[in-house]
Amino acid sequence: MGGLLFWHRFQFGFTATFHYLFPQLTMGLALVIVVLKGLALWRGEERHAGAARFWIRIFGLTFGVGVVTGIPLEFQFGTNWARFSRDAGGVIGQTLAMEGMFAFFLESTFLGLLVWGERRLGPRLHALAALALFLGSWLSGYFIVATNAFMQHPVGYRVAGDGSLQLADFGAFVVNRWALVQYAHTMTGAVVTGAFVVAAVGAFWTLKGIHLEQARVYLRTGVLLGLLGSCAAAFPTGDQQGKVVARHQPVTLAAMEGRWRSGPYAEVNLIGQPDVERQRLDNPVPLPGILSFIAYGSFSSDVRGLDAFPRDQWPTELELLYYGFHIMVGLGTLFIALMALAALQLARGRLERSRPVLWCLMLAFPFPFIANSAGWMVAELGRQPWLVYGLLRTAGGTSNLVHPGQTVFTTLGFAGLYLVLGLLYLFLVAGEVANGPQGHGRA
Amino acid sequence: MEKTWFWLVSVVVALYAVMDGYDFGAGALHLFVARTDRERREVLAAIGPYWDGNEVWLLAGGGVLFLGFPRVLAAGFSGFYLAMFMVIWALLLRGIAIEFRSHIREGLWRTFWDAVFAGASSLMPVLLGAALGNVVRGVPLDATGFFNIPLFTHWGVANPVGILDWYTLLTGALVLATLTGHGALFLAWKTSGPVHDRCRALAPALWVVVAVLALLATLATARVNPALYANLPRAPLAWAAVALFLAGLGAVFAGLAAGRSLLAFLGSGAFIVGLLAATAACVWPVMLRSTLDPAYSLDAFNASAGPYGLRAGLEWWLAGFPLALLYFGMLFRLHRGKVEAAEDGEGY
Repeated sequence: MGGLLFWHRFQFGFTATFHYLFPQLTMGLALVIVVLKGLALWRGEERHAGAARFWIRIFGLTFGVGVVTGIPLEFQFGTNWARFSRDAGGVIGQTLAMEGMFAFFLESTFLGLLVWGERRLGPRLHALAALALFLGSWLSGYFIVATNAFMQHPVGYRVAGDGSLQLADFGAFVVNRWALVQYAHTMTGAVVTGAFVVAAVGAFWTLKGIHLEQARVYLRTGVLLGLLGSCAAAFPTGDQQGKVVARHQPVTLAAMEGRWRSGPYAEVNLIGQPDVERQRLDNPVPLPGILSFIAYGSFSSDVRGLDAFPRDQWPTELELLYYGFHIMVGLGTLFIALMALAALQLARGRLERSRPVLWCLMLAFPFPFIANSAGWMVAELGRQPWLVYGLLRTAGGTSNLVHPGQTVFTTLGFAGLYLVLGLLYLFLVAGEVANGPQGHGRA
Repeated sequence: MEKTWFWLVSVVVALYAVMDGYDFGAGALHLFVARTDRERREVLAAIGPYWDGNEVWLLAGGGVLFLGFPRVLAAGFSGFYLAMFMVIWALLLRGIAIEFRSHIREGLWRTFWDAVFAGASSLMPVLLGAALGNVVRGVPLDATGFFNIPLFTHWGVANPVGILDWYTLLTGALVLATLTGHGALFLAWKTSGPVHDRCRALAPALWVVVAVLALLATLATARVNPALYANLPRAPLAWAAVALFLAGLGAVFAGLAAGRSLLAFLGSGAFIVGLLAATAACVWPVMLRSTLDPAYSLDAFNASAGPYGLRAGLEWWLAGFPLALLYFGMLFRLHRGKVEAAEDGEGY
């Protein structure tokens, strides 16, 4: 610990993880807001318009923090990963530049109109602004996932004479199969986060017995979208994601499950601690055949273990990768169970009186953030030891003239700034929730 | 194709300087030209609809640089490491200062964010100016195509150089004065009442400072990078750019004298574009000049991405650019005329 590579990786991992707490919520809320604005137009009821107004305020705050924590990442490609930028910029520069041109301008133009412009625009145009922002934020997500997909599964490139990667097929690069699968999985994850947060506020107000009309709208919307999102995160999107990993990164699949030896009826372990030194899993509780099924659609399929791959191809942070995968899948399963239960009570008209379920909904909102972060850890640690899979090793992508004294300094700077930023954000959101759907001093 | 991309990068950088420039200027000035909470909210209402979009020009510029000239982005960003993080942090603080301020109606809270907004908005132009100065002065790029320099060394322009020296501080001061003057003219155009009056009163003095600093920087450049002006006779575009920035300066003073705020503001925009275009025309095709050996310099030909990528990028860029202009046109039209401070809860 303490080397240049460690600090470059630690800083990007930290700033990217912190950043993504915010866009996952805004992308999820963007869908919620479009649904609410649509309902308000269709039914003409004030309660949906009011609900949209409250969530637009939360959206605006979250979006602002998402923007200022996202800009550093664009810079860090160049500052901390200069050799990667030099060698891959001719390819990934395309999607990153497209994000600015096609997504950010759209978002920045309509954000102000959405947050402050309801009176000026009227209901129809205001709903259109919500739709534009939804499009912008989901488009932005695609460009980032497509950039990441190139690092996971490079396609549409050629290697130039100087060793750099150059674009060779724009269509193949932008519509990378990996990108489509990962995008679907990422966006369902964002919907889960948005839905859980909306349901949590609804549950909180219902338990307190305040703002009941609004709380009812939040609960309905949150639970229905939460159930849809949680199910879709597992099947089909999670299932498809598992299959592309099995196909293109088989060593990652083996590491995710702590699978040392190859063989049929591969198991998923509910618990167990991977011991990389001795190549075993302590106190495992296996479910035989499940990993075979996830990877290849049949319980008896042969799944290669880590023994099938040379050691220098193994993901370097195997333990963290293993736990990331198990936390994501474990939480995802619990999300389906909770939302199915809540939806059942909702269908029976009893959700508002089921206090234990409301308590669970209220307290559950942090967990989708954890599951999404764990999912990205699986993607990014699973890609190791490669920066661009099979082409460029992570150690070969750093800025090697930047010394750790510089990187540690900027990492500490981020730690301090983000601590303050996170606390202020929570303080302001808590204030909005405490002020209720009408806001403070607003008509 | 490389030349097209060189100018594309230059155009987007100039757009960023002009557009976010008035936001920085307004931020740097607002403690002085807006004294009460209502006046400060008037300043925020003036830049409110645009600042977030203006900032996107920086990302769009970074994007085209990344796409078109990955070697320049890689060398520049890692070489100016600490300055880049100061830019990141200043942008971060500027953004949250604007966003968070309006959420709580409380004097100390707002005073705090006003100070953050002013500080971050003043720092950014200095950093942008220093960046320009570094590009003109050159950096110790070596055979690997990289360099890394500290914030400052001996404040001189000979190696070992730092990001800040007497010359880059001079260009930093020039850009700070220019964007502050630009912001004053923007506020004079978009506001009325006391804020308008104070901006109008302040602008002539600011622009005299700009003119003096521009002259000093021009003379200093001849000492720091004499080869730069050698390109002048062969660069007709540079002459047009010089004419543009002189005309811009003239329009600023003419607009101020005649009380035509929009003319003065457009003049300062032309001044900024002319200054950057003249610099770009003189350095062409070099993008990052090596002070160790001219052979190590990164230029539009040895640092560009492959021709297929440049062509593909140009195609979608030409589709996206009018779209971006359309959004801005729509915003300026929607918010045309003088602004008023929004009621609390109705705007920034």
